Amino acid sequence: MDFLNGLIALANYVLIPATSYGAQLALGALGVTLVYGILRFSNFAHGDTMAFGTMITILFTWLFQSWGISLGPLPTALLALPLGIIGTALFVLGTDRVVYRFYRRAKAAPVILVIVSMGVMFVMNGLTRFIIGTGEQNFADGSRFLITAGKFKMATGMEEGLAVRTTQVITVVTAVIVVALLFWFLNKTRTGKSMRAFSDNEDLALLSGINPERVVMVTWIIVAGLATIAGVLYGLDKSFKPFTYFQLLLPIFASAVVGGLGNPLGAIGGGFIVAYSEVAVTYAWKKVLGYWLPSALVPDGLAQLMGTDYKYAVSFVILIIVLLFKPTGLFKGKSV
Amino acid sequence: MSAPVKNSLLFLVLAMMFLASALMQSWGAALDMLVVGLASAIMALGVNMQWGYAGLFNVGVMGFSALGSLAMVLIATTARPQAWTAGGWMIPIALAIGAAVVLLAIGLWRWMPKGKVRALALIVLLIVGFIVYRAVFDPGVTAVEAINASAAGNIGGLGVAWFFQLLGASKDTALQLAVWVAWPVGGLIAAGAAWIVAKTALGLRSDYLAIATLGIAEIIVTVLKNEDWLDRGVKNVYGLPRPYPVPQQVDLQQHAGFISWAKSWGLDPTNAANRIVQLEYVVIFAVILIVILTLVELALKSPWGRMMRAIRDNEISAEAMGKDVKARHLQVFVIGSAVIGIAGAMVTSYTGLFSPTTYQPLRWTFLIWVMVIVGGSGNNWGSVLGGLLIYFLWIEVEPVGKWLLALITDPMPNTWALKGHLRESAEQMRLMTMGIVLLLVLRFSPRGLIPEK
Repeated sequence: MDFLNGLIALANYVLIPATSYGAQLALGALGVTLVYGILRFSNFAHGDTMAFGTMITILFTWLFQSWGISLGPLPTALLALPLGIIGTALFVLGTDRVVYRFYRRAKAAPVILVIVSMGVMFVMNGLTRFIIGTGEQNFADGSRFLITAGKFKMATGMEEGLAVRTTQVITVVTAVIVVALLFWFLNKTRTGKSMRAFSDNEDLALLSGINPERVVMVTWIIVAGLATIAGVLYGLDKSFKPFTYFQLLLPIFASAVVGGLGNPLGAIGGGFIVAYSEVAVTYAWKKVLGYWLPSALVPDGLAQLMGTDYKYAVSFVILIIVLLFKPTGLFKGKSV
Repeated sequence: MSAPVKNSLLFLVLAMMFLASALMQSWGAALDMLVVGLASAIMALGVNMQWGYAGLFNVGVMGFSALGSLAMVLIATTARPQAWTAGGWMIPIALAIGAAVVLLAIGLWRWMPKGKVRALALIVLLIVGFIVYRAVFDPGVTAVEAINASAAGNIGGLGVAWFFQLLGASKDTALQLAVWVAWPVGGLIAAGAAWIVAKTALGLRSDYLAIATLGIAEIIVTVLKNEDWLDRGVKNVYGLPRPYPVPQQVDLQQHAGFISWAKSWGLDPTNAANRIVQLEYVVIFAVILIVILTLVELALKSPWGRMMRAIRDNEISAEAMGKDVKARHLQVFVIGSAVIGIAGAMVTSYTGLFSPTTYQPLRWTFLIWVMVIVGGSGNNWGSVLGGLLIYFLWIEVEPVGKWLLALITDPMPNTWALKGHLRESAEQMRLMTMGIVLLLVLRFSPRGLIPEK
């Protein structure tokens, strides 16, 4: 019985939150890895693209709410999400036309594109703060819990409660659908195949008649979609604040690099590795250990390896370890 | 127009801008911009060495300047012996244990044959090491933080001011003298951190170095926010001393001789005291800037500088000529970070406040990058110009933006929510303007205002 109680506590505080966080990171890292694979630079503006997309979605959510439209138990933001994606895609395509295309044609070094993306990051960050402000926005509505801790205890007679929030389930379900669609697109459709060919060998792809501008355009649209979905899911699950999204850049990069930059499958794996380690290292294990260990061995302290503020340090340490021992990532990425 | 004439004109225009701000806004605001602008120019010089000389992409400027300002807390505050006797002595022992465990782990990895035994030994060593480290570290921290938590609660200064007191200085003067030690020590701390970063991340591809430095800066600031025993964390350290002989404004305002002197010139003593303190800072910072600028210019023109640029332009051929690329990169990365650390300590002593929450990457990392690129990467004079100009814009965009938005929103009826929203958001114009300036310069004048020769 104690063992089961410990397992429930583990699921409640570690497994479930880390799974939804991992799904959000994976979607973010997929965007970074696609830009890296096709446009060949590390996009520092990705965190702010996520913030921008989420902001548009929030604005439409408020509009729908004022009209009285809702999705019942599901958050209204899901209804606004497609509009958010369209808005972000238009903005990102505009940035490509005005900013990135020039450097692509000039065949600028990747590091110059990174600096250019820093400029784009400033503009997007400023725009987001200008429109929606710097404060925290909560836009999740609908029912909060799928299973509440109280009901779970009543139903099972366990000492520990298990709570599953609606947003956590939505995150995981949406992420699975999006990833399945993305892989279907990359592996089965003509455009997807031309994208992979372009990523593998640009010259060869050009020789076989692939239109690079089209590949780049499709990539940006997909990236805008992934970034907006990741951002909205994160915002629903936690809350929306422009600066937090900027800070997400670090775990997202860590996920993409750990998985191997340019490798979509790696981005997903990396996202979950980073998320599980972050939550596991910053969780106070006293409760779980209290169930599992004989009482003489239970530690006096919280049994927390690091304070929650150090969660970014965790993703960083993983990043450094992988870079030192396996620079192309665990899932064999590319190095341009 | 020849290059020297054009460059002098650029600096002249910059001086006119500062003068215009002084006359139209206030001398206080203009001098404030000048002081912090001079310190920013020094930071830009540090980044320029790394990027302009060597092509190293350091996105962790924030972390190195925060470490520099930590030196102000450790060196230029009074010592707190009771913290050390209460249990503070355990903290350095714990840190030494931690360092020893890491070194031992590296040694194991290097010298043991590859295989399961090595992996197991490594894991056991790290787990046991961590438990021992925490067992020594935690009680020490608890003891230190328990001492008068609202006013102290940290280990205090490391006794440099006490040393000056032994030499016969009064208590306040000793603290002021310690500031001169704190600045170079800030550079040393930043250099030490840079050495560790460089050892692990240099030699990786350029964008990996960027991501690694971005991460290390975030971690440094997190440590400064959370380790209260070291620097009081988010509780901040107030009233840091000014470098000798700059007085505190309050003392000057109450000084009878100064009041009568100010009155004889028809000045308000309060304002005059503030302006004089700022002017003294301008002189000190300008002298330090000139010294560092001279040194880096000499370095750039020396054979060492030519070698650095040769490495930057073609690593492979430089390596074929027998240059140790990795060692040179390490060297310039450490030196550049030290310069950034010194400037970080200088800013903290000007504001008199150590506050880790003020370290935001957009202000402390990316703004410095805008300075270097707009000024002209690879050119030290460009960094100085960029540092002063971009800091000026960073500050001035806010009032100009407010004025502009007031003008635009004026015809709107007061009932519109948009009107109030736009007027409140004026300060966010800063980021957008900086981004647009950076993008325009990169696109139309990629070599910057004063291009590299």
